[in-house]
Parts: sequence; C-alpha cells; structure tokens
Amino acid sequence: MAQTKQIVVVGGGMVAHRFTEAMRARDTEGRFAVTVLAEEPRAPYDRVALTSYFTGRKPEELALGDPSLWEDPLVTLERDAKAVSVDRAARTVTDAHGRTYPYDHLVMATGSYAWSPPVKGSDLPGVFVYRTIDDVAALRGYVQQRRRDLGRTVRGAVIGGGLLGLEAAGALQELGATSTVVQFADRLMNLQVDEGGGQALSRLIENTGVKVRCNTATEEIRADKHGHVGSLKFAEQGEQLVDVVVFATGVRPRDELGRDMGLPLGERGGIVVDDTCLTEDPAISAIGEVACIQGSCIGLIAPGNTMAEIAVDRLLGGVSTFPGADTAAKLKLLGVDVASFGDAFATTPGALELTYADPVAGVYKKLVVSDDARTLLGGILVGDASAYASLRPLVGSEVGGDPAGWLLPEGAIERPNVELPDEAGVCSCNNVSAGAIRGAVTEHGCTDLAGVKACTKAGTSCGSCLPLVKKIMGTELEKAGIEVSNALCEHFAMSRAQLFSAVQVSELRTFSEIIERFGTGRGCDLCKPAIGSILATLYNEHVLAADRAALQDTNDRVMANMQKDGTYSVVPRVPGGEILPEHLILIGQIAQDYGLYTKITGGQRIDMFGARLEQLPSIWKRLVDAGMESGHAYGKSLRTVKSCVGSDWCRYGVQDSVGMAIALELRYRGLRSPHKFKLGVSGCARECAEARGKDVGVIATDKGWNVYVGGNGGFTPKHAQLLVEDVDDATLFKVIDRYLMLYVRTADRLQRTAPWQEDYEGGLDAIRSVIVDDSLGICADLDAHMARHINSYEDEWAAVLNDPERLKQFTAFVNAPEQPDPTLAYVEQRGQRRPATASERSDGSVLIAPATLEVRS
Amino acid sequence: MTTTASGVARDTTTVAVCAYDRLTPELGVAALVDGVQVAIFRLADGSVHAVQNLDPFSGASVMSRGITGDKAGEPTIASPIYKQVFSLLDGRCLATMDKEPAAGHEGRLTVHRVCVEDGQVRIALAEPAGP
Repeated sequence: MAQTKQIVVVGGGMVAHRFTEAMRARDTEGRFAVTVLAEEPRAPYDRVALTSYFTGRKPEELALGDPSLWEDPLVTLERDAKAVSVDRAARTVTDAHGRTYPYDHLVMATGSYAWSPPVKGSDLPGVFVYRTIDDVAALRGYVQQRRRDLGRTVRGAVIGGGLLGLEAAGALQELGATSTVVQFADRLMNLQVDEGGGQALSRLIENTGVKVRCNTATEEIRADKHGHVGSLKFAEQGEQLVDVVVFATGVRPRDELGRDMGLPLGERGGIVVDDTCLTEDPAISAIGEVACIQGSCIGLIAPGNTMAEIAVDRLLGGVSTFPGADTAAKLKLLGVDVASFGDAFATTPGALELTYADPVAGVYKKLVVSDDARTLLGGILVGDASAYASLRPLVGSEVGGDPAGWLLPEGAIERPNVELPDEAGVCSCNNVSAGAIRGAVTEHGCTDLAGVKACTKAGTSCGSCLPLVKKIMGTELEKAGIEVSNALCEHFAMSRAQLFSAVQVSELRTFSEIIERFGTGRGCDLCKPAIGSILATLYNEHVLAADRAALQDTNDRVMANMQKDGTYSVVPRVPGGEILPEHLILIGQIAQDYGLYTKITGGQRIDMFGARLEQLPSIWKRLVDAGMESGHAYGKSLRTVKSCVGSDWCRYGVQDSVGMAIALELRYRGLRSPHKFKLGVSGCARECAEARGKDVGVIATDKGWNVYVGGNGGFTPKHAQLLVEDVDDATLFKVIDRYLMLYVRTADRLQRTAPWQEDYEGGLDAIRSVIVDDSLGICADLDAHMARHINSYEDEWAAVLNDPERLKQFTAFVNAPEQPDPTLAYVEQRGQRRPATASERSDGSVLIAPATLEVRS
Repeated sequence: MTTTASGVARDTTTVAVCAYDRLTPELGVAALVDGVQVAIFRLADGSVHAVQNLDPFSGASVMSRGITGDKAGEPTIASPIYKQVFSLLDGRCLATMDKEPAAGHEGRLTVHRVCVEDGQVRIALAEPAGP
C-alpha cells in the first residue's frame, strides 16, 4: 500500500468541511490525510443558517455534519490558523503563528470576504459586515448596548438589497431594531428576480415592517456627536437617522494567497481553475467561492459543494468534471419565499415568459419556456415558492400539459404530472439525482423518507426538496408493489385524518355505525380508541358515555393511568402548576389514607400511585368535593401547561406567565387529540418553563407573546418553531385554538405535533397560512369547533361520580366488588411502597399485602 | 344461550358469577371463581367468553380491562398493558408485540367454559394456568 499523502486545506468554511467529509467517506483505504487550516477559532459551521443565530441558536447548533469527523485519525483541524504564505517549491504552508504544514496536495478553500464600497464613514463604530459568527455576535452586542445607552429602539440600516442584505435586515428586526434596506439597484435581489418579482418582493418585505429604498446611493455615513454612527447621507434625497449600519454589498474572493504564490487570477478575482478544480499548479486545487471556475466565482453553497466533491473524486483517480453552476436558489427571507432558477431572465433566444401576478396576495410567478412553449428553461417565484421543488429539476425537460398549472395558486387547475428523468437533480445542496433516490428504493430497499435521507443524503441540508423526494420515493414504492399503506388497521383502510373527515361529515356517532359504513369486522385495540378519540374531539361527550367506554384505551377506560401491576395513578389538575395549600394537604392526606406512592410529575403536578380500580371513585370524590378536577393525565389530550413564576414574583418576568398558563390550561382541558400534548409559558426570554420543548410554547416579550409550535420531548426531542411573534392575548388564543384544531383533525394516529408539522404538506409555512391567513377558508369552522369544546367542557370525574351506571365499571370483581386483587404485592422503599418484583414475591420478602391498606374515608 | 369455549374444561359444576344483563357489550368484567381470577366478555353478537384474568406478558391481573375486537373474524382481547392480542376462542396469542411472556408464564390464555342459564352467567374453571 502506498504511503499516506498529506492534503492541506486552506480555509475552514462549509466547502472545506464538505471536502473533508467526502474524502473521509470515499477514501476507504486511507490514502490521504487531511489537515484543515481554519482562520476562525471554531470548526466549520453552517454560514447559510447564520441568521438563525438570532433566533436563539447557539454557535454549536450551527455545526455541520457529524462532529466525529474531526476526531478521525486522518483528519486534523487547526483552529485559529490563518494561512499567510505558501511555498510552492517546498510544498509548505505557513500560518499566522509561524507554524508550517507540508503538503502533497493543497486545496484552497478560503472563500470570500464581505466587500464594502468606499463610503466615507464606513470605519465608524456601529458599521458592520455580515459574514461570520463573530460579525454577527459583534452586531448583536452593539445593538443591545446601543438600546441600553439610548433608551429607545435602535434604528438600523442595511446597505445592499440582495440576498444577504435581506438576511441582515431580518437579523436587525430579530434584535429588536428597526431596519431600512438601502438598495442601489432599482429593485431588491436584482440578481435573482426581474422587475415584476422585485415589485412583489418589495411589497412583501415592507409588510414585515422593513423599509425599502431602491435607486439609492449612500454617499456618507455621518457620526453623531459622540462619534458613533448617527446618520446616512444619500447621494440625492437627503439624510436618514441611523444608529447601526450593516454593509451587505456583496463578497469578493479571498484570493490574496493565490496572488502571492503567482497563480493566475480571474478578471474579477478568484484563483483560476479548470473543470477539475485544478489550478495551473497540478499540486494545488481551489474550490468554493475563491475558485474562478468557467470564468467566474460563484457565491453559492451548492456549486461549492460540487467542487469539493470533484476535487475529492479527482484525487482518488476519478474523472468527474464541473457541470456548470446551478445558481437556482430558494430562500426564505423575513418569512417571504423567493425562488429563482435556470434562465430566470429569459436570455435564451426566442424564450417565452409566462407570468402570473396577484398584488393583493403578494404573489409573483414567472416561467421561462422555449419558443415552442414545451421545454422549461427557468423561472422566478416570489411569495409562493411551493412549486419550486417540482419545477427546478424540470429545467431542460418538457413541462408537460398546461404550464399555467404551475403558476396559478395550488389547486386552481391540475398541475402537470411529469416523471423526472433519472439524471435530473433533486437535492442541489447534496447533488442527489432523481435516479439516486429511485435507486435507494429499488436497490437499497429503503421504504421510508428517513431511510432515503440516510441512504442518499437528499434533503439533509436545507430540506427544500423533501416534498419531491417523498413523492419520487412514493411513486417508486408503488411501482415496486410495496404499498405505502396509511390504513389504520385491518378494519379501516383509511388513515386517521381521512377517518376523522368521514366521521365528521357523516355525523355518525356510534362505533357500530361507523365501522359498518367505513370499515369491516368488529374493530380492535387500534381503531376503537382512535374512533373513541375522534368522537370525543368532535362532540366532547363523556368518554364513558353509553357505548363509548368499550372503545377507550387502557387509561381512558377508567380515567386513570394503569401501572405495571394493574393499579392506577391519580393526578388531579393543577392548572399552570399553581396550587392552594389546602389542596396540597388534601393530596397528602389521601395518599396517606390509601397508602399511595407520591411523586411530582414533569408537568408540575402530583401523581399518586397504587390506587386500585375500586378505590378510584372514593379517591376522586374527596378531590372533587374539595374543588379539584380531572387532570386528564390518562388521556390522549391536553396534559399540562407548565409555567415559570412570571412577573408577579420574579425579578425578571415581563408578563404574567402563570395567569396565561392557567387561562390556556382551562381553555384546552379535556380536548382529545391523536396524542397527548403539552403547553408551556415562560414569562421572559430566559425561558425557565422550557416552553420550546412543548407542543405549544409561549414566551413573553416586552411587546406581547411569541408562540412556538411543534416542540416535543420523548423519543425524538424537538424544539418548537416560531409561529407568530409579539401577539396580544386575543391573537395568542386564536392562533393556538386553530393550530390545535388543525392538529387534532389532520394528524395521524399517535402522531405528535412535531412530526405532524413536518409531514404536513408545505410544513409550518403552510400551517401558518392556514391558521393565520385563512388560506383554506376553514378558520371560522376551527374557531367554532374550539368554542364548542370550551363551552361544553365538564369534569369527567365529577360526571362519573354522579352516575351509578358508570360507577359500576369501577368494581374489582363482578361477584366480589370490594375484594382487592389478591395478587398485588408491595415492598417498602425510601419510606414509600412500590410493586414487588417477581423474585421478591418468590423469596417471601413482600412486606405489604393490599388488604392491609384497605382504608375507607 | 350457551357458548362453549374450546379449552379443556374440568368436569366440575359451574359457578354462577353474575346476571347476564349486568354485562355491557364489549366491556369486560373480572370475577373470582374459587379464588381464580376470570375475565368475562359479552360481545356485541351476544356471545359470552371467559379467559384467565392474568396477563401472561405483564404478570398483572388485568385482561378484563382490555379491548375486545377481531382478527380476521376471530374474536380477540388485547392486553391493556403491553397490547398483546389473544384469541377469545382458544386463548392463543395472535400478536406478541415482540415480547416474551413474563417468567413462569405461558404465552397464551386459559379459556374457561362459560354458559348462560336462567339469565345467570356460569363459569366452569379449566386447568389453572400459571400461579
């Protein structure tokens, strides 16, 4: 085996990461060792997601890929190691600390720097660029400091109205500053969108509160009397007061090392490489933004990743070449969807443009097709980019059918159904073709989205192609005869969501009618509880009503949580975690009287374990008589609303989180759902209630509340995503009402909110447009349903205690109602009891038999 | 009306446990018969079935609190603890949910003979299953 060769990568950005990852994945024989020289004091991170640093993500959450890459024995990451010179004759690189690194092959991946035009005053304190975590952290620190110093909202301006400029404007807003985008060109994002698109974009961006000034040149940044940034002076129309300025006027390749070592540079900079990413020196490659490939430098991640893959392939003896940059992009800026792909400006001779504009809805779409209107060449989508994932891979192929189907709002007319050619790229971030996704199904036996993602890496970066990946996978599974079944069980061929609609529309109210009409057989432990839950959600009738009891799952069946020995735990509701001392005493008294094991739950209430079936009514009678009610700890329903102590007591609280938590808990108590769900309310941004780990998290701001949705603990923890910001109480209730109603109606059986939200077609954006913008026109119905739920709420346990028929279900034995289950056995542990294990039972160490605990109040 | 299960029944006299009308369709009850716990189910078609109340997979006496149903037409009862499904006709386990029975237990239910006479549900115990 040949000796291991040394590769030195200069630069520690995303493309350097991709190069290293690909090399380690493909160089299975260990032919190359890779040393990465990073200028920043950290491992490569997701620069594209930099703005999310403002929405609470920590630098480490921006980490790329599997961090164990850096522990690979053939990988060395040198942080804070800016390369300053290269000796091509000796084949060594020297860093700023004077350390030298010998190389057999050198990869230049130095990327770009943020370029700012020579405007007077651009060196004042308060002027920033937007490129690295440090830039962003400095900007954040400055804005926070200025807000404290000035005692008012900080006024921000971004110079540059391209993609990065809009990102920066969003970041300023996120920091609580106002922002104005100052654009020299006649429209925003002039490189990606045309005039029509630019107009739509300006309107949408201004709707988010960002001011837009196009056709404006900044002449000077002027200082205030303390020497900080104070105002912008424009070339033509006067001046604007500002406290902070961000330059987002483009990037330039960091090619100074290339220049120093005498490598040819492009006309507008960049180290010139051929289609294999090699420079003039066969021992040196250049990849990413610093490479001038096919005549230009490309500031996008997808072509950068492609170059990294090509460089690796070539070093390993492959023959791949750069196919030309796919400059297609789909972005979400300030919540506005923008996509541009292919020949977006119709430069192909004879190209035709089909446009659709709806200024009211803020949508602009354009398709560019060949002169015979058959082949798709490119397009621009602003405001609604839902068709992007389907359209982009079709560039160069026949559009099929009436292309107008892609322009009109979804569902207006049928979209042409075209099968993508195998070579069509589906995931541009990871360069995965339609054929590779098909292969994952046909050759590697993947049968679900998670499998295909793991197998191909498709959709693992930005995720925008996932709907398409799922569709291709579904079609392929179908072809292979593998049924993608969403049947509930052998008795119902439909999914829970379909069954929900069927039950709702048919207005059938009994299981026997429903199974006769929509299913077969007699039902089972899957469909019965599902229908029990659907009926409870729709009509809010008692879970143990007439023929309902037999449908309920284990816990709902007796309104308590069955434990491993068949006894139950009892949890009264403690709304928001606020509890009266007398209720605390009562719970303690009951636990003592019945010998129950007590534990504080994760949802800020108290659980009493070890109650037998026949003891439940008498325990609940004492709780209900004292004013407590069912906590639905047993239900697939609202469990708790956790809160911090809030502004009443806390020195930092900005809103009354306890009051809000109680209001929410009382509002949604008893709402039956596909899975349990929990809420949390934090009184300030410190987030002591851990609300973002809940299905719905509410966090106080100084202007109102932020609402986050889709957080889950459990097996697959997820942080909740921002749904709406700074809303008042009424809006908060309204959006949560609708979110929950949409969830309970359309989720699958046992599907929690996080996967539901992910699987929902169009994701959280689509959900937001349904419940905030009423895009489906169902909000009135959702509101009415929730109002019905709230108005018809009754305490289930109080109702049972008043009904002798239902109480009959709480007997131990039909022929010996008061006889405790003789098989129960307990041992003492830390002053309380717990079920005896099998060996404790057999060796006679059981201390407590159930009959000795028989206490009646 | 009489329903005879296929389990091996001892030739003993039957014991009355409750009135047939006390049973809610599809909702099980537990009964103590000579110290043995029995789960009794009246199904929607009027038939009555009795099996051991002990769930062999958890060791808890809870089968009467499971959900009734059918698997390809055969009447079933699902354990409320780990959801194994058993036939009400012969007690065999139709879905183990990838679990083994608890130590010392057989992975099936004993079926007891049950009949309805003069409006009373009567049980004849089969060979006892497990402890």
